[in-house]
Amino acid sequence: MNLVAIAWKSICQRGLASCLTGVSVALGVMLMVVVLVISGAVRSAFNQNTIAYDLVVGHQRGGELALVLSAVYRVQPASENLPYLYYKQLQEDRRVVSAVPMAFGDVTQEGHFPLVGTTAEYFENDYTPGKKFLVRGNQITGHFDAIIGSEVARKNNWDIGSQFQIIHGGADGTHVHHEMFTVVSVIKQTGTPNDRTVFVNIEGFYAIEGHETPLNEVEDRLKKFYASDPERLEFALKQIEEAKKHAADEGSHDDGHHHHHETPDAAKEVTAVLVRTRPDHHFDAINLSAELKEGYQAMAVNPMNSIRKLMTDVLGNIEMGLLILTAMIILVSGISIFVSIYNSMSDRKREIGIMRALGARRGSVFGIVLTESIVLCVGGGIVGWLVGHGLAIAAAPTVVERTGLLLDPWTLDPMELILFPVLLGLAAIVGFLPAMTAYRTDVADALAG
Amino acid sequence: MSLLLENVKKSYREPNGKPLPVLGIERYELTQGEQAALVGSSGGGKTTLLNVVAGILTPDSGKVTISGTEIAQLPEVVRDRFRAEKIGFVFQTFNLLPGFTALENVLLGMTFSRGKTDRGFAESLLDRVGLGGRRHHLPGRMSVGEQQRVSVARSLANRPALLLADEPTANVDPANQDLILNLIRDTCHENKVTLLMVTHDMDVAGKFDRVDRLQEFNRPDGVSQESVA
Repeated sequence: MNLVAIAWKSICQRGLASCLTGVSVALGVMLMVVVLVISGAVRSAFNQNTIAYDLVVGHQRGGELALVLSAVYRVQPASENLPYLYYKQLQEDRRVVSAVPMAFGDVTQEGHFPLVGTTAEYFENDYTPGKKFLVRGNQITGHFDAIIGSEVARKNNWDIGSQFQIIHGGADGTHVHHEMFTVVSVIKQTGTPNDRTVFVNIEGFYAIEGHETPLNEVEDRLKKFYASDPERLEFALKQIEEAKKHAADEGSHDDGHHHHHETPDAAKEVTAVLVRTRPDHHFDAINLSAELKEGYQAMAVNPMNSIRKLMTDVLGNIEMGLLILTAMIILVSGISIFVSIYNSMSDRKREIGIMRALGARRGSVFGIVLTESIVLCVGGGIVGWLVGHGLAIAAAPTVVERTGLLLDPWTLDPMELILFPVLLGLAAIVGFLPAMTAYRTDVADALAG
Repeated sequence: MSLLLENVKKSYREPNGKPLPVLGIERYELTQGEQAALVGSSGGGKTTLLNVVAGILTPDSGKVTISGTEIAQLPEVVRDRFRAEKIGFVFQTFNLLPGFTALENVLLGMTFSRGKTDRGFAESLLDRVGLGGRRHHLPGRMSVGEQQRVSVARSLANRPALLLADEPTANVDPANQDLILNLIRDTCHENKVTLLMVTHDMDVAGKFDRVDRLQEFNRPDGVSQESVA
């Protein structure tokens, strides 16, 4: 027999009280683990590593965070558009390795998943550093072919060959476009917003009836956008003039049918452009961002900075609030351990007296009581930790299904590493007073009592 | 192991703060292997005397010497260890720990002396007191006589040189009285353990070759005129 075995016997003797106090610690730790796993998943979902682009370029109207949330996370409506020519201009910039246009705003009729018009380059690039898209199916060839994310496929029960329609975005969110899209490929789960996105050929996006902006409106926007770049403005306006002429010719022999024709680049618009700058040229992104701010009505946002700000300002505070709450639960559990052990001390006075009479030193009885506190606190903590991770494992599939959040129940948060030293400290603090009571027990008095 | 008390005084403090003298022994001595019954009335200081001998209480003055070691002079930690290793204790109310089995109660005594336990010896002690088949039973599941036999086994767990027994048969039925008494005496005899048993029962004391009456040499209010050796 050793002191731990004696302490364990004592815990078992007060079975119900010990069990309840242990469970309360376990509950607190379990909640903390769950909060950490979930916040870890949220952090990971918004993590800088989930974006393999250096800049997100969008219109100046709307905030930086709004641009990132709409272009990368697709959880916010699109802001104002940029000229397509501007995307081409970025593509030609020597500092830009890859520029991927994105046009969005519409959602699927079924499931309301966001629709993104883009180019094949989006799928050729890494979706997150070092990770390529794994796509099952064929390449997009037709205008109305679509590649769907894994979650879209699962939730809508779609597969290659499925057909669907989309709802026009914006204020009028009820208009269903008549074009029928066909799924040609399904992306393997990435754990990113791509899982709940429907991608279509950007040319197809332009071909959707109603997506064409009236040429006069385009002309006004181009004039504003290229106000400080007359050369490009002139080039763009020339294309618009030609398009107007073409439209007028078409109107003069209107046969009542909608004629599909190629939209000139100057009349096209993109919602955002994802930009990857040259590797090892760390200032490219910064310089480009600064140039855009001064020259055009565009802005280039480092998605990492925006997300970091979001994490710190909003999610960080929520996480901190929840962690404080769980810490309070653990503290209350600690106090309940104190109450349980301290209340038992008067009943155990005689036992302590017997042990002392048998030769137990004051330090030994102090150690026994302190060990009880540690066993309850740390034991409860271990149980809570296991149950917390167990719950995360059990809930992970449901969480992915309902929220798209990929839980990684095996990832250890640094906070968990300090959890057990903290529990040990708590046990020492709450066990100290009862242990001192044991230490000070008068043997003769205890035996006589 | 010999025991010698010289000019030992011990008093308690009454609630009003006045001292209440309990012990005043000029000299009391036991030689190694000797067995003595110390008879005294209730409240006469018997238990206090045993606690002073065991080092649980320190005398206000005087010396308690066990085989040349003046126990009250030892630092508390050393005194605790000395008690664990050299002195066995049998209590009137057995004082078994209710959550521990018979065997664990015996092992408990070993835990505090050597730090490690000798399970084989503990089991042989339980066999010796006739409880080999009940070693895994909790005290609450045992009769009063059986509990006291476990207590006897526990007192011998550390192979003590001095056994102090405080009215060990007071709570036991007559049939078990002789059994327990013989058990204590025989085991002490076999192992040359010095035995000091306090009792208020003259019938029990009568079974000992040496019977001392506490009131004859204990003068709490002054030093006794009589010394016992």
